[in-house]
This record gives sequence, C-alpha cells and structure tokens, in this order.
Amino acid sequence: MLIKHRKASDVLGSEITPKSVFDDRRRFLKTAALAGAGLAASALPSLPAYAARTKLEGVEKTKWSVENLPENDTPNSYEDATSYNNFYEFGTAKGDPKDNAQDFKTSPWEIAVEGACAKPGKISFEDLIKPTTLEERVYRFRCVEAWSMVIPWVGVPLGEVLKRFEPTSDARYVYFETLLDPEQMPGQRAPVLNWPYKEGLRMDEAMHPLSILAVGMYGEVIPNQNGAPVRLMVPWKYGFKSIKSIVKIKFQKSMPPTSWNEAAAREYGFYSNVNPKVSHPRWSQASERRIGEIFKRKTLMFNGYEEEVASLYEGMDLRKWY
Amino acid sequence: MIALTMSDTGTVNGAARTQDKTRTVKRRDPMVWVIKPAVWVLCLAPLAWLGWLVAETIFFGGRGLTANPIEFINRYLGDWALRFLLIALAVTPVRILTGWKQVVRLRRLLGLFAFFYVALHVANYVGLDQFFDWGAIWNDIIKRWYITVGMVALLCLIPLAVTSTKGWIKRIGGKNWNRLHKAVYIAGAAACLHFFMMRKGLQYEPLVYGAIFAGLMLVRAVEPLKRLRVAS
Repeated sequence: MLIKHRKASDVLGSEITPKSVFDDRRRFLKTAALAGAGLAASALPSLPAYAARTKLEGVEKTKWSVENLPENDTPNSYEDATSYNNFYEFGTAKGDPKDNAQDFKTSPWEIAVEGACAKPGKISFEDLIKPTTLEERVYRFRCVEAWSMVIPWVGVPLGEVLKRFEPTSDARYVYFETLLDPEQMPGQRAPVLNWPYKEGLRMDEAMHPLSILAVGMYGEVIPNQNGAPVRLMVPWKYGFKSIKSIVKIKFQKSMPPTSWNEAAAREYGFYSNVNPKVSHPRWSQASERRIGEIFKRKTLMFNGYEEEVASLYEGMDLRKWY
Repeated sequence: MIALTMSDTGTVNGAARTQDKTRTVKRRDPMVWVIKPAVWVLCLAPLAWLGWLVAETIFFGGRGLTANPIEFINRYLGDWALRFLLIALAVTPVRILTGWKQVVRLRRLLGLFAFFYVALHVANYVGLDQFFDWGAIWNDIIKRWYITVGMVALLCLIPLAVTSTKGWIKRIGGKNWNRLHKAVYIAGAAACLHFFMMRKGLQYEPLVYGAIFAGLMLVRAVEPLKRLRVAS
C-alpha cells in the first residue's frame, strides 16, 4: 500500500486557486500590463538596469505566493518594509538606510565565488541570477529585536544557484560577505561591527528549498536599503542571518565566522533559528510585534516553518546551538 | 539683582511693607519672570513635538512615528529622559564654571522635568509596549540586564522626585536631604549604562552621553580640590 506523507510545503487541494479566480487574475494582470505598457514605453528585460521601483517581469507564482499565506498573515506595506530597516552599513537608526542608500551603486556588480567547488571565479550579478526563473516568495520576516513583517520577495532558490558552481564534498558550509566600501556605506566608517559583514549557513540549510537569493520585493527591483542588488533570505532564522548586498560566496569545510557572533557570541549564535523557547539576553523571544499591529503575537518555532525545516536540526540541542 | 538694589534703597518698616517688598522683588526678578517660563517652554517642547507626531500619524496619515510607533515613542522618550537628566546634572558644573549662582534655582525644575520624561518613558514601556503584562515585565527586569540597570535608575529617582519640595527638606533636614539627593549620580550613571547596553554593536552615541556624564562629574570632583588649594 502506498502511504503518502504530506509535508507542510506540499500544496493541498484546498489551497489550489480555483481556475475562475486564476483566469480573472490573468485578465486583470493583462489589463494592468497594458496600462503599464503605456507608461513604460520600452520593453523591459527580465533583469532591467537597476533603478528603484522597476517592475520585474516573468516572476512565477509558487506555493509561497501571496495567495497561499495563512489567514493571519498579510503582507506589510511597501512603505513599512522600505523605511524601517536594519542595515548598519548605512547607519544604525531604522530610517538611516533609506536616507543614506539612495545613491548606492549596484550596477555593475560582481560576486566572487571561492573555495570548495569545481567552478570558482568572478561572476556578474546578472549571470548569477539570469539562468534561474524568478519566483514570488512571501515570507514572514522575524527580527531578533522582536518585531516582524510579512514581505513578498522576488528571488531564486539559493540551492539552484549554488549547484551551478559544483561544490565538492568539502563544502560543508557556505560563507557570504557584504560589500566593504566606506565611501558609499557611511556606517562602515565607524567600528559598530567588524566590517565587512559576514554570514554563513550550513550546506543543508543553504540547499533547503525555502532559502532564496532575493533580488526583488513587491514585484519590483529590491530597493538599496533592503540589500540591493542581491541578498539572502532564510525565513526560519532571525533577520540578521539574511545578509545583504552580497559580493562573496565561499564554500568551506569549517563553520565560518559571522559578524554578530564576533561582536557578541553570547547573544548571536551561528544558527540563530527563530525559537520562542530560547530567549536572547536582550529580548524575550516568546513574542513579537508584527509591524502595523499594536498587540504582540506569539512567536512560532522556526518562524512558522517548523514542518519544513525541523528535520535539519534533528538530535541537536537548540539551547546549546542557538 | 537690580530689582533688589532698587527696593533696598527705600526704608522698610512693618510686615506689610516687607511683604510688598518681596512681591516687588519677585515681580522684577528675571529668574521668575523670564528664565523659568522659558525653561518650562523648552522642557515641554520635546513632548509637544511628540504630541504633534502622534496627531499627524492618526489624523493625517503621517509617518513621523516610523513603521514601529511604540518603539519610536519608547526611544524618543528615553532619549529625552537621559538628556534632561544630564541637563539637570549640569546645573552645578555651570555654576562652578561660570560663577552664575542663580542657575541653582533651576535645579529642581530641571530635575523634575528629567523625572517627568523618565516616568513617561517607563509608562510607555509598561502600558504600550508590554500592555501591562506584569509577568513579562518582571521577567524583563530580572533577565534583561539593560532593563535591570534602567530600573535601578528609576528606583534612585523616585525618592528624589518625592522629596523635592521645601516641606521635605525641612522634614528630613538639609544635610540628610543633600546626602539623599546624591543618589542622582547613581541614576545618571545607570541611565548612561542602560543606553549603552541597549544599543547593539559598538555605537558612538551612548559613548557621547557617557562622556558628557563623566565630564560633569569631573567638574564636581575638581571643585573641592581647588578650594583646598586656595585655603592652604
């Protein structure tokens, strides 16, 4: 007898959008596209020259699209998600990144791929992203500071991108680095953190289907203050793990150093999975304030992605490996 | 001063005349009629601005409170509580450095305004941020060190605010009162530490506040030494 185990990420029959609704949506999109075409006369390639508020074309719906969000999650406004940011390279106040990142140059942009892989080298941002179809991924975003948002990202599965560099068996971790450029990033002129910003994932975390490289938000090119041109988005971990404006990807055997862990090891572990049961020395992580709401809500294990990712940590003491 | 000299020229006899004189002095005293009202206005200005931001957000869809208004209000009030605490702590150093003795008459007013903003900051934390979840608040106080330190500052300031009246000075005696009010130094240090611990990473802003506090304490410490030298 065939027993089919259902994973949380599998699509339920009830979750599938009825065809009539789907067709309506198509019609709506067509009309909207026609209207839009009048405004933007030039045809847009799938990865247009970088300018904020540029629409991204050819974004595919996924089971993490907005239609499939749980009932009590609704995407935050574009304004909220782009004006309230932690991006210390552009200043430590929440409004600083928006104020200071407007002239940030994201094109041309090159990413160095190094370490334990068969195809290392330098690759342009376009070549990194273009071979993979853009997907809509609406994720809950949980900051370690106990606030959260729901953000519709546009991106590509990280695993698909990494596979192209053919990581070897020595590649047990993958390390990421943000651009170091104090000229453009005024926050880097002060030693708030040990610049450049460093982050890392275990290889199986990086290959997990939920992990993406985000290049857009709200169907548009990702704004500078949110980590343009390309950032990580790992929705079951605290926000600081999702490193922004990536210039280096390195496969390695040992656990890589990470910036916040270097700054305060007791507060920020390598894993930093969202976990309401393990409180941070500064914040209880049991609850969070969803931006736009007054009352706090309970924080979910792995930020609500428990069924998808819990197996990655089987047998691990999550108190020790916080 | 001028007012005082002028009324001194007249001969004063009888209680009625004396009272008359004090009234004249008060009326012409710039501290009472100009400086104190100006200080009141300046001290209320940050609160008025916050009130405007709240009104603008509610009625005109303004975004001055950021995407996270409760956190913004908390930090705004905390910033001003610390600033007023340092301003109140600056009164004595200003007197020492400038010789302007009258400034001491502003000390209570500034100290109470500092306490006022501290109280608003804590009220916002208890009421809006935690929504009177006393269990969570208690957990914060015992587990989050920066909140523990903040609470120490608050506990130091409460008795000082309560005993700020003339009646209380009489009741406990000038010497004891002075000794009690030294607790403001602990509150100042705790408040600076609270701010430093709250920020993530190594940030300059809390260090600047800490340096100002240290400077104000240094001026106080140097003054008795100077006097000693003059005496010998």
